[in-house]
Amino acid sequence: MFLEKRPEKLIDKKGLRTDGRKPDELRPIKFEVGVLGNADGSARVQQGKTIILAAVYGPREVHPRHLALPDRAVLRCRYHMAPFSVSRRKSPAPSRREMELSKVIREALEPAIFLERYPRTSIDLFIEVLQADGGTRCASISVASLALADAGIPMRDLVAACAAGKVDGKLVVDLNDVEDKYGEADVPIAMMVGLNAVTLLQMDGMLDPKEFRTALNMAVEGCRQIYEMQKEALKEKYALIREELEK
Amino acid sequence: MRTLIANIKRKKLVQLISEGKRSDGRDLMEYRPIVIERGIIEKAEGSARVKLGETEVAVGVKIEVERPFEDTPDQGILTVNAELVPLASPTFEPGPPDENAIELARVVDRGIRSAEAIDLKELCIIPGEKVFTVFVDIYVLNHDGNLIDASAMCALAALLDTKMFGYEVKGGEVVIKEDERHPLPIKNHPVSITFAKLGDELVVDPSLEEEQLMDVRLTMTVEDSGKICAIQKGGSGFLTLEEIDKALSVVVDKAEEIRKLVVG
Repeated sequence: MFLEKRPEKLIDKKGLRTDGRKPDELRPIKFEVGVLGNADGSARVQQGKTIILAAVYGPREVHPRHLALPDRAVLRCRYHMAPFSVSRRKSPAPSRREMELSKVIREALEPAIFLERYPRTSIDLFIEVLQADGGTRCASISVASLALADAGIPMRDLVAACAAGKVDGKLVVDLNDVEDKYGEADVPIAMMVGLNAVTLLQMDGMLDPKEFRTALNMAVEGCRQIYEMQKEALKEKYALIREELEK
Repeated sequence: MRTLIANIKRKKLVQLISEGKRSDGRDLMEYRPIVIERGIIEKAEGSARVKLGETEVAVGVKIEVERPFEDTPDQGILTVNAELVPLASPTFEPGPPDENAIELARVVDRGIRSAEAIDLKELCIIPGEKVFTVFVDIYVLNHDGNLIDASAMCALAALLDTKMFGYEVKGGEVVIKEDERHPLPIKNHPVSITFAKLGDELVVDPSLEEEQLMDVRLTMTVEDSGKICAIQKGGSGFLTLEEIDKALSVVVDKAEEIRKLVVG
């Protein structure tokens, strides 16, 4: 166990951030699709030091049965952090924060899925945060969207997510943990980039309306970049399958 | 689930709203009548009841002495909890708070916390040892839509009503002076404004019927100087960037209007 301290400055003299990034620079992001054997679809993301696994089971029979809907599938989502994912051990019991995040993540993905194609079934999405270093809700949405695509579930678009915020008076994109904790504001968003539809929008901290608009645009630009990476990751998986088949 | 009847109702509601009208006769940007009462519970350090149309919420504030969090040894603690008690709606069931209750509490909490509405530094008694914890308990009494705004208004009204105990420190122990009361240090007055999207239009303060049929919900909380201090999208629909902008363009004025009613 160790406690982190607030760094003296979140932005240095050269205008760079604690991890050396420029204000509009994303952390290095690596998506992998189809990483788990048993799940119908799965994906892994490493975004800076944040590491998250997502797995999809379904469409499958709903348990308990009374939760089934006659006209569409139910999407169920569990966002969960491993006890070892943060500096101080987190109790494995679901916290209020995890309950809220499970809800907003589900609501960020639902608009993208053709749930009406699978009445009386459930699509179960499990997100495990293995290491948390800020931006876990956004990274969860981006990686879950890939797991859903990997499971072959028909979707209107991929959902990409990215946050923007304000640290030391400067607007920045894709906040890491210290920036999130000690910054002045955090605006996480998710969108179906191809459809120009925002499916997650939250904010805490303080921004005037003008700053908020700028932050929103920065987050949208972040989503665009992540969207391209998501498509590459999916293509990569199918390129691998083709290679295997051609052998 | 949207039943056949709900679909017909929704079509009618969307049509009406596209003409700038609502089923209860309000304008798109008009709140239902708001009634605020303070000091409804004598045993609570602060309390209030808010009626927003037929929606009714009570908030009680209790203050206790506790150990501070390790990362904020010189600050008091704010805890917001919401109970969707079963007497408030046929759809509420007894049991621990579900995701809706948790989201409600957390959205109200985020507004108060981000705006630094309570001066938590003032609530420190002995740094690292003892601080005051402010418990804000939201009790929904009748659910007729827009619980977030009703609860946020009620929480603010209750905090403004809160009287703290005086105290003295004797040999490392905190002695409460029950006869000495002073107001809670309130520095800011966050007000939440909730929009519902129905078709291509946004309306404020959705009724229960509108909430059941809406595509998506958007809450923005505004503090005294007109800065946004919390946002939450809810529901399984989406918003366009233009719609977010539209909400942003009216929200500051709307919040000022509501703030006048709550702060008085």
